[in-house]
Amino acid sequence: MNRAGIPIEEYVCSGHSACPGCGALLVLRYVLKVLGKNTIVTSPACCFTAIAGMFPDTCIEVPLLYNAFETTAASASGIEAALKIKGKKDNTHVVAFAGDGGTADIGLQAISGALENGHNIIYVCYDNEAYMNTGIQSSSLTPMGATTTTNPIGKEAGWKITPKKNMMDILVAHNIKYAATVNPSYPIDFVKKVEKAKATKGFSYIHAYSVCPIGWRYQPELGLEMGRLATETGAFPLYEVENGKYNITYKKKTKNVLEYYKLQGRFRHLSEDFINDVQVYIDQEWQKLLLKEECSKK
Amino acid sequence: MVKKIMTGNLAAAWGAKISRAEVIAAYPITPQTIIVEKLAKFISDGELKAEYLRVESEHSAMAACIAASQTGARTFTATSSQGLALMHELLHWASGARTPIVMANVNRALAPPWNIWADHTDMMSQRDTGWIQFYAESNQEVLDTIINCYKLCEDRAIQLPAMVGLDAFYLSHTSEIVDIPDQDIADKFLPPYKAFYPLDVEHPLSVGSLAMPHQWYSEFRYKIYKSMEKVIPKLNKIEKEFNKEFGRNYTGPLDLYQVEDAEIILVAVGTVAGTVKDTVDYLRSKGLKVGVIRLRLFRPFPSEELIKALKNASFVGVLDRSFSFGNEGQIFSELKASLYQTNRDPLIKDFIVGIGGRDITTDTVKKIYENCQKCLKNKKIDQEIEWTNIKV
Repeated sequence: MNRAGIPIEEYVCSGHSACPGCGALLVLRYVLKVLGKNTIVTSPACCFTAIAGMFPDTCIEVPLLYNAFETTAASASGIEAALKIKGKKDNTHVVAFAGDGGTADIGLQAISGALENGHNIIYVCYDNEAYMNTGIQSSSLTPMGATTTTNPIGKEAGWKITPKKNMMDILVAHNIKYAATVNPSYPIDFVKKVEKAKATKGFSYIHAYSVCPIGWRYQPELGLEMGRLATETGAFPLYEVENGKYNITYKKKTKNVLEYYKLQGRFRHLSEDFINDVQVYIDQEWQKLLLKEECSKK
Repeated sequence: MVKKIMTGNLAAAWGAKISRAEVIAAYPITPQTIIVEKLAKFISDGELKAEYLRVESEHSAMAACIAASQTGARTFTATSSQGLALMHELLHWASGARTPIVMANVNRALAPPWNIWADHTDMMSQRDTGWIQFYAESNQEVLDTIINCYKLCEDRAIQLPAMVGLDAFYLSHTSEIVDIPDQDIADKFLPPYKAFYPLDVEHPLSVGSLAMPHQWYSEFRYKIYKSMEKVIPKLNKIEKEFNKEFGRNYTGPLDLYQVEDAEIILVAVGTVAGTVKDTVDYLRSKGLKVGVIRLRLFRPFPSEELIKALKNASFVGVLDRSFSFGNEGQIFSELKASLYQTNRDPLIKDFIVGIGGRDITTDTVKKIYENCQKCLKNKKIDQEIEWTNIKV
C-alpha cells in the first residue's frame, strides 16, 4: 500500500540507537520500504553497526548480516551466489549497505570486483561525508573545506582542500546498468530510483545523501532543510545513469553554496575566498553534469 | 572407484568436487592456481554444479565464502602464502561466524625476498585464527582430507572452518596415483550441507551484531574453545567411517611410524615426513631404534596423543619448516608446552629445515638423527635450536 507514492510498510522499527536527526537510518528505511520483505541486507563496520542494535536486539525486520569493513560488496556477492545455487535468488534482493568510508575508501576494491563480475546486488552508500562512527575523520567523500578530526584547524594546516571523489563516475566507468544519487529530502525521487534499482538485472548503485548533525555541527531538526539546500546549491545533485545515459532529476540549482555551508559548523572557519573556490568547483561540476546529460540524448 | 595420476592441486580440486562444494571463490596465486582453474573447468564442463566467484583478491574470496556459508551454501576456496596472509582478518571472522568453510592452502614461503617454494610459515602464522589445520603428506590425503573436513566442520558440535595444507611443488605439482572415491558413496558419507541458521527472508535474523563486554562476547569465544575440544574425537570417528567406506587407514591427528620402541623420535609435518620415514627404514636396518611422528593436525594441537606417542622416547627432535622470530619453531614451542604438564622430560631439540623450499634429503635427515644420537649419548643437547644446512 502506498501513500503519496511511498509504501507504508516499515522494515525499520523502533528501538534503534541512532543519534537524533541521523540520515543513515532514514536512507535504509526508504530503501527497505521499496524492496520489501524479500530482502537480505549486509552491512560493514560503520555507524549502522551501532544503530541497528546490540546483540541480541535488532531494529531491522529483514535478515541482516554484518561483515568486515572492506568486504560489503564481496559479502553481498557471496550471499547472492548462495541464493542462486539454492534457487532462491529470483525472489530475493541482496542489499549492500555501507557508509562513505566503507564504500569510497576501504571497500572500493571489492565494489569494483563485484560490479565487474556482474553480481545482481543493490549497493547503497549512505554518504555522511566522514568516518562518523569513529568520531568524524575525513574520508575521500568529505567535501572541500570541511574540518574533521584528521583535518583539524591549526597554525600550519587545516581543512580538507580536495573535493569529494566522484563515486558515480567511478561506477559509470564500470559500465554499471543503473546508478543514482538520492536524498531523503526528496522522498518521491528517492523511491522511484530504488524501484529502478530493484528492477535492474545486475549490479545497481544508490548514492544516498545522509545528514549527520554531530559531524557536520548543526541543529538536528534542520536535517531535511539541509538536504534541500545540498541539492538546490548543486553540492549534492540528484541524477541517475541508466545504461550510460545521464538524467538529472532535479534541475533547479538556484542557490549559492554559501547558504548551505554557513549553516554547518564544519565549514565555519572558511574564508570568503575559499567559499568562492568551492562555488567555482561546484559550478564546473554542474556544467559537466549538464553536458553529460546533453550527450546522453544524442 | 577410479584411479588417476594427478598432482596435489588436482587432488584438492577433486576433493572439492566430490564434496559437492556449492560456492567457490577463486583468486589465482602460484602455486595454488591450478586448483581454482580445475574447478572452473569442472563447472564449465557441467561436471560440478556450483557458483564460481572470480573475486578481485583473496580477501574478497574469504569474505564471499563467509557470506555464502552464512546463507547456507557449502563453500570452498584455495590460496597460498601471501594470499593466506591477506585473508588473515577474515580467517578470524570465519571462525567467529562459525562458518564450516574448507580451504586448501598450498604451503609456500612469504616475501621478501620473493620465494614460491615450500614453507609452513603461511599457515603457522594463522595458528590463532580459530581454524582447524591439517597438513597432508600425499595427494591422496589432500583429496580425502577435504571430504573429511566438510563432514567434521559441518557437524553441529563443531561449526568451524578448516584449512588443508599441501606443500608447494612437493605435492602441488607432483603427480601420484590417487584413488577418487565413488560419488554415490561419497554422497552417502557426506550428505548435503544444511546450515542451522541461514540468512532466510522467512526467518529474519540479524547476524554478527555488536556484543558488549558484559553480555555475550566472551561466551561466543568460549563456545569456540569448547568446539575445538571436540574436534579430535569427532575426527577419529569420521576417519574410522571413511576408512571403512573407502579402504584407507587414516589414524586421526598423528601418523606414527616405528615409534613404539624408538629411543629417538623425530616430529615432522607435511611431505618431509616421507623422507624421514625412508631414513628411519635405513637406520632401523642398521639396528637403530628410531621413529617418526607426523603431525597431521596442528589445530587443535593433539597434546594428549603426542604425549602418549612419545612415552618411550628419550630424545625428541622437532623438524620445523617455519620459525617464530624472537622465539623458536612453532611445533617445538607447542610440543615443549605439552610435555611441561607431564612427568616426562625427554631431551628435545628444534631443527629448522626446508625454509623457502630448501631440499630436505635423506642425508639431511641422517645427519639430524646422528646429532640426536650424539646429544643422547652426552645426555645433553648441544644447542636448543639448529638451523640445518645454513650456509652462513
